This record gives sequence, C-alpha cells and structure tokens, in this order.
Amino acid sequence: MKLVTAIIKPFKLDDVREALSDIGVQGITVTEVKGFGRQKGHTELYRGAEYVVDFLPKVKLDVAVDSELLEQVIEAISKSANTGKIGDGKIFVSSLEQAIRIRTGETGSEAL
Amino acid sequence: MESNVFQLQYAMDTFYFLVCGALVMWMAAGFAMLEAGMVRAKNTTEILTKNIALFAIASIMYLICGYQLMYGGGWFLSGIAGGESLVADALASSAEEGFEGGAVYSKASDFFFQVVFVATAMSIVSGAVAERMKLWAFLAFAVVMTGLIYPMSGNWTWGGGDVFGLYNLGEIGFVDFAGSGIVHMAGAAAALAGVLVLGARKGKYGPNGEVHPITGANMPLATLGTFILWMGWFGFNGGSVLKLGDMASANAVAMVFLNTNAAAAGGVVAALVTARLLFGKADLTMTLNGALAGLVAITAGPDTPTPLMASIIGAVGGVIVVFSIIGLDKLRIDDPVGAISVHGVVGIWGLLAVPLTNGDASFGAQIAGAITIFVWVFSMSLIVWFALKVIMGIRVSEEDEYNGVDISECGLEAYPEFTNSTK
Repeated sequence: MKLVTAIIKPFKLDDVREALSDIGVQGITVTEVKGFGRQKGHTELYRGAEYVVDFLPKVKLDVAVDSELLEQVIEAISKSANTGKIGDGKIFVSSLEQAIRIRTGETGSEAL
Repeated sequence: MESNVFQLQYAMDTFYFLVCGALVMWMAAGFAMLEAGMVRAKNTTEILTKNIALFAIASIMYLICGYQLMYGGGWFLSGIAGGESLVADALASSAEEGFEGGAVYSKASDFFFQVVFVATAMSIVSGAVAERMKLWAFLAFAVVMTGLIYPMSGNWTWGGGDVFGLYNLGEIGFVDFAGSGIVHMAGAAAALAGVLVLGARKGKYGPNGEVHPITGANMPLATLGTFILWMGWFGFNGGSVLKLGDMASANAVAMVFLNTNAAAAGGVVAALVTARLLFGKADLTMTLNGALAGLVAITAGPDTPTPLMASIIGAVGGVIVVFSIIGLDKLRIDDPVGAISVHGVVGIWGLLAVPLTNGDASFGAQIAGAITIFVWVFSMSLIVWFALKVIMGIRVSEEDEYNGVDISECGLEAYPEFTNSTK
C-alpha cells in the first residue's frame, strides 16, 4: 500500500477529485494548507505600503491506495492538477504499513 | 389656536432633535465596528470595550460638568427638567420667535443631541491609539476630554463664549455648521497628541524608514461600520439645522441630507480612483476612509453648497485623505484606522471649504477657529497624556502587545476558535 500526498492549487480540487473517482479511488482526505515552493510569495499593498504574502494557500490531499493503483493515481493527479504555470504543486509517495477500517476491522487493501 | 400650533411645532422640533440624536448615538456603533475591523483579531475585544465604555463616560461627564462648561446648562443638569412654568415659558419663547423664527425645543432634547457629539469626538481617539494603549489610561483620558477639553472649545464656538476673554470666534465670523472642526478635528487633535506620546505599534516601521503594513482582521465589519457612520451622519448634519417645523427649515433639512450624502459619495469615488492610480488595485480601506472623509469635509457647511459642489467638496476630502494617510506613515505617525487623516486633516479642509459657498464665512476666521481649537485640544491632550504616562503608564508591555491586548487587558479573545496567537 502507498500513501500519496499531493499539494495542489485549491481551484483544481474538484477536477482532481473527479479524476481520482474515475479510476476507482474510494476515499481522499483534504486539508487546507499554506506554504511556498518555487512560486515563493507575492507582494500586495495595504493602505499604500507594500507587504509580502510569504505563504500561499494550497490544498493537501491524502490518498491511501493499493500499490497496483499507484501509477494511475499519480497520473490522474498530475494531469488533472496541471495548469502549466508555476505553483501547480507536488506529489509525494510513501509506503503505508497498515490500514484498518474501524467499523469492520478489515485490514490491508481490504480496508482502503 | 396659535398656542396649539406652537405646541405642535415644539413637539415636532423636539422629536426631530431626539431622532437625530439617536442617529448620532448609532455612530458609536459605526466607530466600534470600523475599528474592530481595522485592528488585528487579537485586539478586538479590547477595542470594543473601549468604544462602549467611552460612550458611557462621555454621557456621564457631559452630564456632570461638560454641558455647564459648554452652554451653561447647569452642573449635573440642574434645572433641565424645568419648573411648573416650563410650558408657559416655551409658549412665550415661541410667540417671541414666531412660527418661522428660531427653534424652540425641549432643553432635555438639546442636551441629548449635544452629548452624542461629545462621544463622537472621543470615539475618534480610540481608533488612532488602538492595539497598544492601556485600556484604563485611555478611559482616564476620556474623562478629561469629555468633561473639560471638548466642552471648553465647544463653548468658544457653538457656546458663543470668549476664548479666555480675549476674542470671540463667532464675532469674527467663524462658521462650523455641524462640527468639522469643533467635533472632528478636535477628536483628531487629541488622537494625534496620544499617538505622539504613545509611539507606533511594534513592527509597523523598520529601522530604515520602511513601512510594514499591519492588515485589519475583518473587512466586512469595517465596511458595516462605515455604512453605519454614513447613516448616522444624517442625524449629525441634519439635526444641526436645529429645526424642522416650518417649510423653510424643512427645505434646509432636506438640502443638508442631500448634500451630506452627495459629499460621502464624492469622497468614496475620489478615494477609490486615487488609490487605484497610486497602488494599481482597488483599496477597500482607503475607500472606506474616503466615505468618511467626504462626510467630514461637508460637515462644516452642508447647508450652503449646491449638491454638485457638495460632491466636489467631498471628493477633495477623498483625495486628501489618501495622501494624508501615506504622509503620516512617512512621518512614522502610526494610526491604524486613519482617524487623524479622516477627521483632522480633512476636518481642516472642511472648515476652509465653507467660505467657498457661504458668504458669511471668511478664510481668516476659519483659520483662526481651526488654530484655536487645535492648539487648545492638542496642547491640553499632550499634557494629560504625559501626566497619565507618568502616573500609570499608557502603553502595554511589549509581550502583551505581541500577545494581543484582548488577553492582557480583557482576558477574553474575540474569536476564541480562530485566534492565531503567534501572529
């Protein structure tokens, strides 16, 4: 099993969710986050004085998937979250030791 | 029959006065919301506490001694209820004035209308010193401001008294219809003195003259506050006609309402466009300040301009306020809500705009009046702020400022779930 963590542009969330549903992903967890990468921040003016917005709002997805589905998940997120402009985000993959469905006690891939 | 007509007119004018006073009272809500929106979330509870407490202090101090000092209305309002001859006296005054003469109305309504103006002047101070002043030092200042400083300069203007027996502003032709100078610039002068003694918020200015903006926490509240002030201003200026009960007065009231609205609109558009040209984006808080600048600008003379002229006077105020806010930041005078610019700098413009449309006013008299009010309020305020600094200190500790004065002064966060204590 793998845990796919993707940081994406907030306005792309619906597209990514649909793309993941289409390939059979059963559930995702979404968190509103802030951060910076190569895009860095941007400057704004408040009452005539400049200030820097260091951390930009992003959405973080956590998707636990069976290892067989991994390449498809990565492709689905990469395509659906891509705008071609700086700040599209990143995908991190880590191995997942165990998963348990609380209601039934199922474990492993069955629980995903 | 004539007596009945006078009674009706008396009732109508008194009622008009009371309703306008209630509208001006509502401006306290406007100031509270505007200031709550323009400070950071961690300083919200304290500024709300300040706003409601200062209104109550103003009400009580003006009752105790302010009204006596300003209009000779009696210490503790003694005699305001009137004796058994109250109705007979009022009827005699009405007969003397005639139906279209000066307004005759209940003395109690006059006090009520005047007291809410004192509170307005004091409200101006609270925004400028926000986010770093000790609550109790501020409230102690409010006692002196509303009980002594404002009533004295009020006496020299609307009260008709001589300035320390030296000269009389009314006699030289000083005109300030509803208080661009008497109320708004006076409040700003006290605020300026406070800010100079207090210093800027930590982090606002860098060592090499950089300005670091500290953004307000709640733009919807700031906007609501501005709308409330705009509405209350109809009472502020409209009520200052002092009479509704005959056709000429009714027309004057309608004109004042119209011009007040026109000036606010001019201020909004001018500030919006000025900020767009200077900064490249629509700047909401500057636009809100523009509305108030338009209102302050027209307050000294909403009765004489044409509606177009009123819009222009307001628009000039809207341009002035944007440059004034930038200029004060360059001077490192930290005013979180822009009160000194809106009420002080534009208040002076309001006074100077009167002679443009009112033949009874002169630039010389307007300048003399502005200087008299400013020097008195500013120097007295400076003395009081310094005295408070020595006696009890006026600034919270650096750590309390960092954590927010909500916790250090009031022990309560305004938005407990969302407050970010590290920011």
